[in-house]
Amino acid sequence: MTRQRGFNAVVALLSCVISLLFGLADPAHSISAPLPPDSIYQLPVTLKDQDGKPRSMLSMRGQAQIITMIYTHCSYVCPMTIETLKAVDAQLAPDQKARLHRLLVSLDPKRDTVPVLKKMMDERQLDAKHWTLARPAPSDVRKLAAVLGIQYRQLANKEFNHSSALILLDAQGRVRARLIRLGQVDRDFVEAVKAVLGERPRP
Amino acid sequence: MRAPLAAMLHLSLLCAGLLLSALACAAQYVKYVTIPAASFRTALPPDGKSASAATSTFRMRAMPVTNGEYQSFVRQHVEWRRGQVAALFADAGYLRPWAANDAFGPHLHAGQPVTHVSWFAADAYCRSEGARLPTWYEWELVAAADEQRKDARDDARWRERMLRWYSRPSTEKLAAVGKTAKNLYGVYDMHGLVWEWVEDFTGIMVSTDNREQGDPDLRKFCGAGAIAVGDRENYAVQMRLALLSSLQAAYTTGNLGFRCVRETREKAS
Repeated sequence: MTRQRGFNAVVALLSCVISLLFGLADPAHSISAPLPPDSIYQLPVTLKDQDGKPRSMLSMRGQAQIITMIYTHCSYVCPMTIETLKAVDAQLAPDQKARLHRLLVSLDPKRDTVPVLKKMMDERQLDAKHWTLARPAPSDVRKLAAVLGIQYRQLANKEFNHSSALILLDAQGRVRARLIRLGQVDRDFVEAVKAVLGERPRP
Repeated sequence: MRAPLAAMLHLSLLCAGLLLSALACAAQYVKYVTIPAASFRTALPPDGKSASAATSTFRMRAMPVTNGEYQSFVRQHVEWRRGQVAALFADAGYLRPWAANDAFGPHLHAGQPVTHVSWFAADAYCRSEGARLPTWYEWELVAAADEQRKDARDDARWRERMLRWYSRPSTEKLAAVGKTAKNLYGVYDMHGLVWEWVEDFTGIMVSTDNREQGDPDLRKFCGAGAIAVGDRENYAVQMRLALLSSLQAAYTTGNLGFRCVRETREKAS
């Protein structure tokens, strides 16, 4: 009896050790239902938001959102990104607006520290319930940009040139629409947002 | 009862430890060579005009990653086996010529460069080696050297040699790594074997001219989509840039491989 229990304990401990050794590096294994093969939420990247809270891509599952990449030192296009997001909002009903999240991820995490992001949140009067500013680890920026199809290059003067699309993700993290041109509200994009928000959450 | 339990635990931990250190040792056999900090003429001037590129000291793999090395990697990292990897990270051609999901098989050789790997896969491999993909500038700097000179790019004969390789059909069977001439830094196969991923390939098409940001017709990019390239006579480099800029991060092809670089503690002055 005790021998059997002892054996069970050994097996349990061994499997713990093995899963610790081989499992930790792969958070995707810890969830039960697999994400769709094209889901961006599969990306093993953890961001830090404007309050310094860690946010893994996986934890965004279940949330329809518009994601884009910016850098706070940008003087022209990044303010326009926020204006365009607000213009999309203006086309939505209040309940739709409330269920949509907006995630702005920094291309420039070296300069966009948590306090810098927090300051921008306050200056732009963005409501943390519906907006998140976040920074990836510097070594994860290119990877996140790659899954989003965002191209960027840092210039000699530390500014960035980048493609500035707004990208609509459904609750499973799939890209459902892109708004390539900022500064004007694209009807197809707004329709896509409404369609995604109208979908029932899937298990 | 207690004693055997503790002993078994100890033994298993010891085994795991040995396994890990064996893996670490295997990783250390990979040869990296030091590339001193440099400032050089680039095909992609950082100011869009004629500014030099600058790189800090780094260490580069002397040879591209091989089938044998990549096989060890997928055996340890199940999520990068063919059939396991998500479509987000690699297209349907990923490791296509391999005989099995975790084995390159009898028709390929361990010493050939691995190809049919996506940028995400190459990035994950390099991280597993405590390294990363080289930036375009790092790759360009090392690729400018021949056997005797740091920068052979203005030599007509060097350009001729490059073009001969670039005009060869891509259907030929790939040679093993390390068979081309070793360049001044001690690096092989920068030309003459496979194309290689670079970390920042998605930045190549992006214009460097900030003034264009104000033009409402050019709002797709903060800047224009036009490629701003210097050194127009250097066709070999132009072809690399054209190829790299046409790629998506999940693409795989039969003549595109990679090598990795490591940071060093020395910084450029």
